[in-house]
Amino acid sequence: MLGSGIIKGMVETARNFFGSYVSRERLTTVQYPEQQLAPHENARTIPLLVYDGDMEHLRCTACGICEMECPAQCIYIVKDTVKKSDYLGRMQFQPRVFDIDISVCMACGICAEVCPFDSIMMDQVFALSTQNRFSGLLLHKEDLAKANGYFHAIHPSDAGDIDARRDEDKRKAEAKAKAAVAAKAAAAIKSSEASAKQVEVAA
Amino acid sequence: MNNLDQIFVYAKYWLLSQLPGGVQSLVSIVLDIIAIIAVFGTCFALTTILERKGLGRIQNRYGPNRVGPCGLLQPMADAIKMLTKEDIVPFAADKVVHYLAPLVLTVPIWLAFSVIPFGREMSAIDLDAGVLFFFAVGGASELAVFMAGWSSRNKYSLVGAMRAIAQMISYEVPLVLATIPVIMLSGSLNLNKIVEAQSGYAFGVAQWNVFTPWGFAGFFLFLIAATAESNRSPFDLPEGESEIIAGFLTEYSGFKYALFFLGEYLGLFAVTALSVTLFLGGWHAPLQVLEFLPSWFCFFVKFAAIIAVFIWVRGTVPRLRFDQLLNFSWRFLVPLTLVNLLVAVVWHFTSLGAGLDQSLRWLISAAMIVPAYVYFGRALSPNRPTRIYQYAE
Amino acid sequence: MPNNISFYIFAVGVLATATAAMRLRNPVHCALAAAAAFAGLAVIYFQLDAEFISFAQLLIYVGAISILVIFAVLLTRGSDIQPGVELASPHWLTGLAIAVLVAFVIAVPVCSSSFGEKIAPKMTVAPVKLIGEELMTRYLFPLETMGLLLTVALIGAAVIALREPEESEIRNPKSEIRKQPTTEELVAEVQP
Repeated sequence: MLGSGIIKGMVETARNFFGSYVSRERLTTVQYPEQQLAPHENARTIPLLVYDGDMEHLRCTACGICEMECPAQCIYIVKDTVKKSDYLGRMQFQPRVFDIDISVCMACGICAEVCPFDSIMMDQVFALSTQNRFSGLLLHKEDLAKANGYFHAIHPSDAGDIDARRDEDKRKAEAKAKAAVAAKAAAAIKSSEASAKQVEVAA
Repeated sequence: MNNLDQIFVYAKYWLLSQLPGGVQSLVSIVLDIIAIIAVFGTCFALTTILERKGLGRIQNRYGPNRVGPCGLLQPMADAIKMLTKEDIVPFAADKVVHYLAPLVLTVPIWLAFSVIPFGREMSAIDLDAGVLFFFAVGGASELAVFMAGWSSRNKYSLVGAMRAIAQMISYEVPLVLATIPVIMLSGSLNLNKIVEAQSGYAFGVAQWNVFTPWGFAGFFLFLIAATAESNRSPFDLPEGESEIIAGFLTEYSGFKYALFFLGEYLGLFAVTALSVTLFLGGWHAPLQVLEFLPSWFCFFVKFAAIIAVFIWVRGTVPRLRFDQLLNFSWRFLVPLTLVNLLVAVVWHFTSLGAGLDQSLRWLISAAMIVPAYVYFGRALSPNRPTRIYQYAE
Repeated sequence: MPNNISFYIFAVGVLATATAAMRLRNPVHCALAAAAAFAGLAVIYFQLDAEFISFAQLLIYVGAISILVIFAVLLTRGSDIQPGVELASPHWLTGLAIAVLVAFVIAVPVCSSSFGEKIAPKMTVAPVKLIGEELMTRYLFPLETMGLLLTVALIGAAVIALREPEESEIRNPKSEIRKQPTTEELVAEVQP
């Protein structure tokens, strides 16, 4: 009969109305500034630059791959003139300028995808509004650089994997260096022995 | 007790007695106007916030709760926002008509409040043809909506205006037809007399029109027609946001938009107040034991209850399609109100000396109205063959 | 005295809007001006203590007739101003003759009545109940005739509007719907 559906609907909405005062589970709204949900581990917003220890040890080597790949072209890098030793002991450049214009950045994550040095990663900050729409939205190296600990806090599994790999690389490199040093020492001993022998022979 | 009931009337007379005789009549008029504007202006502000909160709760949300305690200062924030916005008039618009439309909508609606008795001895003018006056000034709102839609020079505005006019004309017929039984049986167009006719108690319960079969049916028919007449959901086709942007309001902003908003709510309040007066006994208390309550308090409790029902319906029922809207009026409401008219006549004549039992009178009335309801309801939703879906399910 | 002042204000307003209704270029403006003139007349009726006719004027003329006029204008000519259309009709002589005739018809009863003599009216306010009783007893025949006329007009309008389309005019919706290919057919189409 006409009207029965309306009555059914009215009962349902009335149940919602009174139920929302009685049971807490019905209200799924989060009261945002006071009450915040922890972001999901896979959440990602703008890029960040990881460093180990202090700001002097940025993983970034200013190779410029991200700058080239960025579809929005919002990354700007200037290489430094002096090289510094990286975690494997290799001498690498570091960026003197590393700017990201987050008013252009579309959070695609391609920069993090292509980075071969595990340096550029995706952050989870989202309250990025500012009073100045030009300089306030242009983030510099100092704003982007974040400690490895922070990266661990926001993406624990990714950071764990990367650290394990880097430790492995470092161990291998150290072993290799040790082996090289040992070989060198052995060679030196050998050569010194040989020269001693020569001396002996000559004597 | 009587003092509390007449507190506003005494306050007005005391204030007038302090003034010289020459200006008394003028000040009396001004005081009435101020009282109506203050009370219903406040009602407007309160309704907007309570409606938003109520709709929120219906959808399991909190609703606005940021401005002030429990968000109760939200209307203030809305008002400041509205009034400080830029007033944009489209380049191609008909400037004069565009400017006049919100005024033509809002001003007559204030007039409609002047005939409604809000309490004992509390109506601004005691007109002999009060009901007629109410509908007469309500007629201007159609013209205002048309002016708004036409002058904006916007397709959506014009479509919205045309929809609004078609809807308002279609629903004015059942609205007026639903009030006719009340006028017939109380024998007057004067709203004070209509309230008087509903005084008295039988077995401690008030003898309101809604407690008679024709009044009961008429009340619901009146409320449905009133919902459509005040352009509220589910009959908000003139503004249908999902179809025609905002209908006749598309090109309005700032203060003019606020005026339209105000006018719409005032129209709702006016028909609600009229429905309280016609069917719910005006300012009479529902039970004899509650007679100690002030009359204006009873009136506003009923008023608030009906507004709450309007909000509840808005939170429940989805918008109609336009052909459904017109069919609903002409094929369902109008025939039913005519049947209701007949029921009222039968009710009237069975009481005159026929000595019939109350329950028998109810039975006769129900035998007339219920089959009509079922029949017209069935005609409204024809039996279509069950639709077979190719991909769904 | 204040009643007199407001009468003159509204009288001037009615005359001005009525003139505007004749002289404005845009037909919709004319219709709106006419609605304003109707409303002004209603106020003047109200000042003359003719409550009922004042409200009836508002309800019928402002609420219904002007809307009807606007609909007619929008559905036929549109609101655009036609170029080259003269406001003054070339048949002004005919118009003048009609105007004189109408003025004569109105003037005869006015002049024959006790115009100008200050007679206190018998009843200041005509109660609605009395109007109703008079309509139902003394003026029953004119009322019923008018009702019949309006019913005929209503049914006539409905008959004109309800013209059923011819059988050939109805498009068969079924023939227009293309049959959706089934999955097997689609697969067969793809696979050679």
